[in-house]
Amino acid sequence: MATVSLKGITKSFGKTEVIHGIDLDIADGELIVIVGPSGCGKSTLLRMVAGLETVTGGEVQIGGTRVNELEPMDRDIAMVFQNYALYPHMSVFDNMAYGLKIAGTPKAEIAERVGEAATLLQLEPYLKRRPRELSGGQRQRVAMGRAIVRKPSVFLFDEPLSNLDAKLRVQMRLEIKQLQRRLGVTSLYVTHDQVEAMTLADRMIVMNAGRADQIGAPLEVYTNPQTEFVASFIGSPPMNFLPAKMAGDAPRGAATLGIRPEHVKIAQSGVQGTVLYTEALGAETLVHIDLPDATRVTVRQDAAAPPPREGETVSLEWDAGDRIFFDAQGSRC
Amino acid sequence: MAGVDSGMVEKRGLGRWMTHLGLIIGLLFIFFPIWLAFVASTVTQPEIVKPPMPLLPGGHFFENYRRALVSGVNAPVAWMMLNSLIMALGIALGKIVISLLSAFAIVYFKFPGRRLFFWLIFMTLMLPVEVRIVPTYEVVANFGMLNSYSGLIFPLIASATATFLFRQFFMTVPDELAEAARVDGARPMRFFWDILLPMSRTNIAALFVILFIYGWNQYLWPLLITTDPSMNTIVMGIKQMFPSGDDTADWPVIMATSILAMIPPVIVVISMQKLFIRGLVDSEK
Ligand SMILES: Nc1ncnc2c1ncn2[C@@H]1O[C@H](COP(=O)(O)OP(=O)(O)OP(=O)(O)O)[C@@H](O)[C@H]1O
Ligand SMILES: [Mg+2]
Repeated sequence: MATVSLKGITKSFGKTEVIHGIDLDIADGELIVIVGPSGCGKSTLLRMVAGLETVTGGEVQIGGTRVNELEPMDRDIAMVFQNYALYPHMSVFDNMAYGLKIAGTPKAEIAERVGEAATLLQLEPYLKRRPRELSGGQRQRVAMGRAIVRKPSVFLFDEPLSNLDAKLRVQMRLEIKQLQRRLGVTSLYVTHDQVEAMTLADRMIVMNAGRADQIGAPLEVYTNPQTEFVASFIGSPPMNFLPAKMAGDAPRGAATLGIRPEHVKIAQSGVQGTVLYTEALGAETLVHIDLPDATRVTVRQDAAAPPPREGETVSLEWDAGDRIFFDAQGSRC
Repeated sequence: MAGVDSGMVEKRGLGRWMTHLGLIIGLLFIFFPIWLAFVASTVTQPEIVKPPMPLLPGGHFFENYRRALVSGVNAPVAWMMLNSLIMALGIALGKIVISLLSAFAIVYFKFPGRRLFFWLIFMTLMLPVEVRIVPTYEVVANFGMLNSYSGLIFPLIASATATFLFRQFFMTVPDELAEAARVDGARPMRFFWDILLPMSRTNIAALFVILFIYGWNQYLWPLLITTDPSMNTIVMGIKQMFPSGDDTADWPVIMATSILAMIPPVIVVISMQKLFIRGLVDSEK
């Protein structure tokens, strides 16, 4: 168990800087999710914490001590890779035991710790099998087991669920969350899936092109996005963006007005638009509407509410308190 | 030959019989000289010399083979086989060790001159033993390695082909595996030993078979550097048994020697067949 601190971390590959200075303090036992679009530097950041990538500038601290110069094995971390990276020629048991074996742990203790992890992850029947004789979900569990048996002070996950099908992903997401709670190990979890980020995170860090746009609890980030990028990235369907001048009372410098689909209501009076199409998702219906200036607005309404016909002209309305204004640079104002 | 591949699976009836017939004829064609050699190794000298040549084995099997193994013509065949075995094993194992290590260095380490070394190794592909035989001979002679096992083995060990094979294979191993091992605490040689080596098992087996036969069949090099009959290898030894001048050749013993010379490679191929084929077909990942 340990805290992790990133202080002004930057990373350059050759002359191109891909991480532009990230500060983050992770409390003991906290689960932090790093989320962002592809190529924004999530993996790079995680790998710098792991010690698989050198740190160009700034300082990584684990448990209060600087680890920039330490090898991964000396940082007391364990990592779960996207493709699991199991040793193909070793049995499940040996895969999990390998790190302990290198550390010179006595045989009896290895057997005991691997056994514990196997019980926890329901892997007991498979201990003698090779990785290729396992399903994707089972391999995923072995990779987790390999991380657990080492009893590290920090877990690092790099998109561990992205090779699984949707249903399994939801199930494993839950398992990871429970496991992390139970073990209480400080964790950094990388994903590009904002639903995964919302459900798993104690706090999440939303990355945009090598910068941390916002760090905060999932609901805080959702209801109170600090930048237009965060507002559009978190939430599905994404937030609606309208020209700020549509609101008479927009603050000075505001360029964009953001409003979540669930906050827009079809009403008797208000902004007029044409219904383009509707998507009935069962519990809710998404109504896509074109305003006269060609901005697209999505309305999320309860399935019980009667959906408008396509091509119909409707009026839209929202509470002034649900609006969020951004300036021309995309920052909150 | 075109169309054979596509037709192979569906072929039924007549086509199938024809295919088999073709294969059997081809096999007999290749096998016939070996059969003749075997027959010749079981009869007496006069029987061979007198036409027509016998086509069925005679009754002198044990006598001829015992004579070959124990006394031979210049040196006992058992002795020459031992020399060949040492040389072939030395070359095969030496090449495998060196190329594994050099491929490991080239793929997993960043060091100055990495590309240069790679191309240097690549260039040696264009210089087989036969091409560099004179300078190599001089070097070996200066080191006093004529008529020695080290002289037989070392010049043939440096191998670009095997280095390439392992380099190609190592490059298909996902980077994450090395990283996982690093996180697990494995230092580079530990990773090599615990993970890379077991994963290369089938490749090593395939290469061993090929290199063993390559080493066993060396002719020119041993001929050049071994003048002492007790250092002769069997493949060149067979040629040495041919008489110079007016002596008559002892054909039964020569033929027995030829048959004996074939046995070890056959044993290696058969015993490693399963691994060998797997190594050539897939890389077991
Ligand atoms: N070894 C490298 N050499 C040069 N550039 C690199 C290297 N590794 C990553 N990059 C660059 O750094 C940036 C961030 O890469 P990174 O792998 O961290 O993205 P990511 O957020 O993990 O994306 P994804 O979700 O697709 O995995 C990318 O623009 C990438 O091209
Ligand atoms: Mg990534």
